[in-house]
Amino acid sequence: MNKKPRSLIRIIIPVVLTLVTIALIVWPMLAGGQYVVLDPKGPIGASQRDLIVISTILCAVVIVPVLILSAVIVWRYRDKPDNKSAYEPNWAHSTKAEAIWWTIPIIIIGLLAIVTIRYTYDLEPSKPMASEKAPVTIQVSSLDWKWLFMYPEQGIATVNTLNIPADRPVKFELTADSPMNSFWIPQLGGQIYTMSGMAMTLYLQADHEGQYWGSGANFTGEHFAQMRFDVNATSEEDFDKWVNEVKQQSQPLTQEMYKTLAEPGTSNVAYYSSFPEGLFQDIVTKYVVDGQSAHSKHGEASGAKEITTQDVDKSAN
Amino acid sequence: MLERLKEFASEFFVTGDPLIYGADVAIGITMITIVAVLTYFKKWGWLWRNWLTTVDHKKIGIMYIIASIIMLFRGGVDALMMRLQLAMPNMDFLHPEHYNQVFTTHGTIMILFMAMPFMFGLFNVIVPLQIGARDVAFPFLNALSFWLFFLGAMLFNLSFVIGGSPDAGWLSYPPLSELSHSPGVGQNFYIWGIQISGIGSLATGINFLVTIIKMRAPGMKWMKMPMFTWSVFSTCIIILFAFPILTVTLALLFLDRFAGAHFFTLDLGGNPMMYINLIWMWGHPEVYIVVLPAFGVFSEIVSTFSKKKLFGYKSMVFAMLIISFLSFFTWAHHFFTMGSGADVNAFFAVTTMLIAIPTGVKIFNWLFTMYRGRISMATPMLWTIAFIPCFIVGGMTGVMLSVAPADFQFHNSYFLIAHFHQVLIGGVAFGYFAGLYYWWPKMFGFKLEEKLGKWAFWLWNIGFYVCFMPQYAVGLMGMTRRLSTYGWDTGWWELNFVSTIGAFLMGAGFLFQVAQIADGIRKYKTLKASGDPWGGRTLEWSIPSPAPEYNFAVTPRGDDIDEWWEEKERRAKGIYPPEQPLEPIHMPKNSAIPFIMSIFWFIAGFGFVFGWLWMAILGLAGVGICMIARSFSYDTDYYIPVDEIKRTEASLRGSV
Repeated sequence: MNKKPRSLIRIIIPVVLTLVTIALIVWPMLAGGQYVVLDPKGPIGASQRDLIVISTILCAVVIVPVLILSAVIVWRYRDKPDNKSAYEPNWAHSTKAEAIWWTIPIIIIGLLAIVTIRYTYDLEPSKPMASEKAPVTIQVSSLDWKWLFMYPEQGIATVNTLNIPADRPVKFELTADSPMNSFWIPQLGGQIYTMSGMAMTLYLQADHEGQYWGSGANFTGEHFAQMRFDVNATSEEDFDKWVNEVKQQSQPLTQEMYKTLAEPGTSNVAYYSSFPEGLFQDIVTKYVVDGQSAHSKHGEASGAKEITTQDVDKSAN
Repeated sequence: MLERLKEFASEFFVTGDPLIYGADVAIGITMITIVAVLTYFKKWGWLWRNWLTTVDHKKIGIMYIIASIIMLFRGGVDALMMRLQLAMPNMDFLHPEHYNQVFTTHGTIMILFMAMPFMFGLFNVIVPLQIGARDVAFPFLNALSFWLFFLGAMLFNLSFVIGGSPDAGWLSYPPLSELSHSPGVGQNFYIWGIQISGIGSLATGINFLVTIIKMRAPGMKWMKMPMFTWSVFSTCIIILFAFPILTVTLALLFLDRFAGAHFFTLDLGGNPMMYINLIWMWGHPEVYIVVLPAFGVFSEIVSTFSKKKLFGYKSMVFAMLIISFLSFFTWAHHFFTMGSGADVNAFFAVTTMLIAIPTGVKIFNWLFTMYRGRISMATPMLWTIAFIPCFIVGGMTGVMLSVAPADFQFHNSYFLIAHFHQVLIGGVAFGYFAGLYYWWPKMFGFKLEEKLGKWAFWLWNIGFYVCFMPQYAVGLMGMTRRLSTYGWDTGWWELNFVSTIGAFLMGAGFLFQVAQIADGIRKYKTLKASGDPWGGRTLEWSIPSPAPEYNFAVTPRGDDIDEWWEEKERRAKGIYPPEQPLEPIHMPKNSAIPFIMSIFWFIAGFGFVFGWLWMAILGLAGVGICMIARSFSYDTDYYIPVDEIKRTEASLRGSV
């Protein structure tokens, strides 16, 4: 009775394990999706990819030998009557050995900490990017459950679609008129939270023309899954052409229309030839009590400044 | 009248979903069956005297574990429903709102109503036995803790069929969890379910801290304590500091919702960030609360089944205490992308990485406990061996996540989901399973057969990798957590489909475990275990299985970490301890107050959930009356006479 299932287990386990291993190797090839995080199309994303690779290698340096060691130890010291390996039931301490394995992780974590700190300052999202070209400013506001993009320099606005010039830094100013979301274009670089009452800054750049996608990464309720948008990185001329098209062919976004837009619900892609002056500022300061944002102290550290009406006026043409 | 009643019922009960009607029916049938079975076999008195009013730490431990396994089932079903919904693009199995409820309850239940009680169950069953004590420091409080947890959990679960479940995520960030975005009662269930059980958790933390400090056997100095007891001690320190934060945070959220306060809403100057900081100041230490005892379990098992002393005891203790200290300096890594600036991010990145150092040391120590040992592959050891590679990889991805600028790409993605499931399943769940198998004979007096257990083990393990490895990949493809659906254009579906298969394999593993236990109960007479079925090393193995209610007939000594092992060695050499005279044993009496008081808490909680003040006040008044009744009850203890001890010992040892 005991014999049969046992032998069955012995056959099934290796078979399944082999299949799993093969599957693990084959999946990435079969899977239609792209490893967008590992295939960056801009300098920020590229640095982050490098950092991911560096940290993986640093970790693997310790982990791979330990994995092998565990397998060897478990195999070698298993309880078999004919096992001739040493057995020392009372050996429980060795200062030398323990010193070694306190030191190894300390060194590795030390190295990783140095790398991390350097990159943390380099990649601080509000730090302007080194470029000969002046950045384009785009104001982003996450609404329930759609994205509103405003181009203060161009005077246009879009919903759920984003056009940027390639090879030029984009300065995103971000806020929310809804629960906190997170603005993420994986191929251009890491995400940043959008929060009401606060204007965050995120610099990104697309090195090549092309279409990427972005999404909301922080749960905001019912139709959170619908918060995906396309990012079209085009040449400077195409970008200008597109701006003109939007200006001529779309209707303006009025205050009333914004109110409707901001109500919970999903939305199709939309284009607006203009938007109310200071709308972004209004969204940021919607809940301000006595001229003090709840985030004012917190914002300073990130370089996200309190935007005054004049600032927005200047940039909004 | 009838119309009004109908209207009330349609709001009170959750309607409109076949899944929930199914649950209604299932709950109804289960309740009727339980009542019928108890009445038919005339077991009501037995249930009341032996279980509902007990203050025996071993029975309380068993009840904790049973409740936790039921919750594992509920949380597991939630998981399978989510995986079904995500198996294919554009699935229409769960509506977004329902999906949000499912992942919220999955997270809450698994952490607070599965992992925590499982852990408390192991504390209860083992710690007093391991330190040579007759009970915990406060047996009455211990019973109260259990019933508070249990009725808190029941209140939370009720939301599924009455009123509606919470749907703002397991940590309920405002403003989603505020009245403005969650006007229903779901969030109230969340707040009060956790709040009531949280009082119990805090009390348990204090109880075991005092038990370990004050009630160790003579001779058991700090550095002679078994490693599991050390892990419980470090955990209780974290509980002591972390749980009050949770209590206050939820109280403030409740004031926001109930009394129109604005602690966490922007209008009138509140701040959601405050909530997020507070909840993670509890939430991150919480994961160390649940994982440290698992480390303790592994330490016991590794040395027992390698027939060798635990390697590097002092390092292990030091590492554990350091982890409990560092656990309070990592909370901000949950929001690196919130614009705290490079200084803050760099600080929390480094403090988070630091935890990898003591954890790594522990892994080396476990490996070198096996080195030059003799490893036998019983199920507890199998789970321990499986834990090591799983936790190493999970730990590695944890370190990768702690690299702040890289986390900008991992944050909120499936990479993160895969990571924390790997450390929570590979570390916590595997650890508690190992502990359950290991101490099962001590709890029930019989050993489970290994055959079904091995099937369960392999299904869980293979299922685990099939489920979560693809999630790392799909995370790097940009899939974010808590998505209720995705399109064909994303290219994520193959990986998600495979992941769903893995989840069902783990579900099958769970069924095998249930079958193994059922099988064991059926055949328990033939599976009888001795007091020391594994060749154990610590004091709990020196007494019969199951342990008598007074644990130790004579107070043992604890002069060595592996006291029982040393004792066996001495006995083998013919050195026997001097015969000690038996003395009457002082024991606490059973009490109905913990159970009744918790029922009143439940009533109060239910009243608050629906905003029925009269009911809440009634419940709180009941709680107050119970407290007064307890403070006037003087007849709370008794002595077990020597004759009875002799009889019990003779019958228990005779059957060994």
